[in-house]
Amino acid sequence: MEFLVATAIGLMTAAAVYLILQQRTFPIVVGLTLLSYAINIFLFTAGRLVVNEPPIITGADSYTDPLPQALVLTAIVISFGMTALIVVLALRGFLETATDKADIPADDLPLDPETGI
Amino acid sequence: MTDAGLTTSWIVAPTILPAITAALLILVWRRDIRMQRIISFASTVALLVIATGLYFAVSDGETDAYRLGAWTAPYGIVLVLDLLSTTMLLLTAGLGLAVLIYAMAGWDQRGRHFHSLFQFQLLGLNGAFLTGDIFNLFVFFEVMLIASYGLMLHGGGAPRLRAGFQYVAINLIASSLFLVAVGLIYGITGTLNMADLAVKVRAVAPADQALLQTGALMLLLVFAIKAAFVPLHWWLPATYAAASAPVAALFAIMTKVGAYAIIRIFGTVLSDSADTLASLAGPWIVPAALVTLAVGAVGVLASRRLLDLAAFNIVASMGILLIAIGQFDVDGLTTALYYLVHSTIASAALFLIVDLIAERRGAVLDALVPANPISQTPILGALFFLIALAVIGLPPLSGFIGKLMVLNTTYDSPDVLLIWALVLAASLMMTIAFARAGSVVFWKAKGRTTGPTWATARFTPMIVVGFLVAASAMLTVFAGPAVKAFHATAEQALDTESYVNAVLGVRTNTEPERPITEPADAAPMLPAPKQEPARP
Repeated sequence: MEFLVATAIGLMTAAAVYLILQQRTFPIVVGLTLLSYAINIFLFTAGRLVVNEPPIITGADSYTDPLPQALVLTAIVISFGMTALIVVLALRGFLETATDKADIPADDLPLDPETGI
Repeated sequence: MTDAGLTTSWIVAPTILPAITAALLILVWRRDIRMQRIISFASTVALLVIATGLYFAVSDGETDAYRLGAWTAPYGIVLVLDLLSTTMLLLTAGLGLAVLIYAMAGWDQRGRHFHSLFQFQLLGLNGAFLTGDIFNLFVFFEVMLIASYGLMLHGGGAPRLRAGFQYVAINLIASSLFLVAVGLIYGITGTLNMADLAVKVRAVAPADQALLQTGALMLLLVFAIKAAFVPLHWWLPATYAAASAPVAALFAIMTKVGAYAIIRIFGTVLSDSADTLASLAGPWIVPAALVTLAVGAVGVLASRRLLDLAAFNIVASMGILLIAIGQFDVDGLTTALYYLVHSTIASAALFLIVDLIAERRGAVLDALVPANPISQTPILGALFFLIALAVIGLPPLSGFIGKLMVLNTTYDSPDVLLIWALVLAASLMMTIAFARAGSVVFWKAKGRTTGPTWATARFTPMIVVGFLVAASAMLTVFAGPAVKAFHATAEQALDTESYVNAVLGVRTNTEPERPITEPADAAPMLPAPKQEPARP
């Protein structure tokens, strides 16, 4: 199972990095989402992989660590909100500038430097 | 002792007050800008008073901890109050008040919910400075960032949206890295409480050292993105130049959060742990700081807009600040704190004065091209001149003393020649850039004067900028007492033992270490750390 989980995290992170390096906003958003999935699973493994055990101490000698689950929950909430925000941002940017390029255009000084007009 | 108990309860106030204010503003006075202004102003003044009170409460050098929900220390979340966090609180509240008054002259009406976002931003900043838990630090970073996304986009417009997308994307990546670091650290040590972590990293098994170091370095990477280390600084000039002036001025303290987190995690928590960890951040910070300073100075020199000038000035000032932090000794941190306070005030003032100049120049805005003369030149010119002196580091304002202290601190460093040469060359480059900018804006002007007349001009914004310049001047006049206070702060910030005692000291349970945090089968066995003496 360790191999499966590790591979899943690795593949998702690799895909996320590839997508984030694209120039357009949509792949970047998808990449960020994938990255947050990979991170969520990674956080789970911080509590070690334990199957079929209760997340509380019940007197049994084996249990699963509840804290990473709480961390993952918080991380999901935050990354979900952030994804919603960045989707809106990307959409507004596309609607206002009619392009979905993620870079900032180079014509940052639209004025003629000679005349100042 | 009731007095101590009372102080302890007040620790949570700097986070609760802006939270309640922001919620009230958005629920009750959504459409009433006048009430928003009154409440927001009153709340920020109260915050300043509370921060001042807390500063004097801990000025005896005692570290104080507030346990949320009265959960015992390593299990619940703690807010820790010491000189370092109160200094940052005081700086935040003071700067916040100045920026708020500036924004109330009109900026807050150019979009909706400015005041509630502003209060949420203060909540995130205060929380990040107070918390004693790494995951909680992540949460407060996010609160701070969410509010900053809203503030950054305040006023709207296509350039702001595009810069905003980049800003949000880079911070989402940073947040993901933060979570990876948190996961690694928790996986190895089984704790996220900073004080508990300081104890447990000393006993990490050699086989796990590499993972722990990876986690710690990833944390450094996250803080480096926040603090705009080169080459992780590319988001900063675009974001700050695109944001509205009061927001950019408030953001002057956002980069300092990165610097604070580096001091807290690598200075307080990990400083006297295992040898390999202690020297972990050191080798990276000074070289990165030197490159940051160089890139910042070149950026200032190459700027074609006043806003770019102000934004790259922040990059350069972070370089100098990080050189001082990179020394990781009491003198270095004293210098760093002095420079941190100075550069926050001066950079914020620079953004505000640039806004005042730009709004008088018509369509040219802040572009560094000759244009019409602007109204109120005597006041604005004098303020610009004084602020330029402060940010470059020329006498008589606080930048000079800050830079002198940096040079003095690094005198014994092995890289003294390189550091001195770069700091002095950067100062020269910035002097040229600011002299050129000032002469283009104020002296090369021809034709009709533009801008509001003396009768119609608003003077509150100018008074705010004047107040910030005065603060820089006061930092110079009272440099002696200030440095003495920062020295005590730096000593306390590097004193891991007293930090740990303050947070874990009253722990009463003596059950074996790592009781619930690790599954029994996979946990690497750690020897129990030495028991701290219970605080009377």
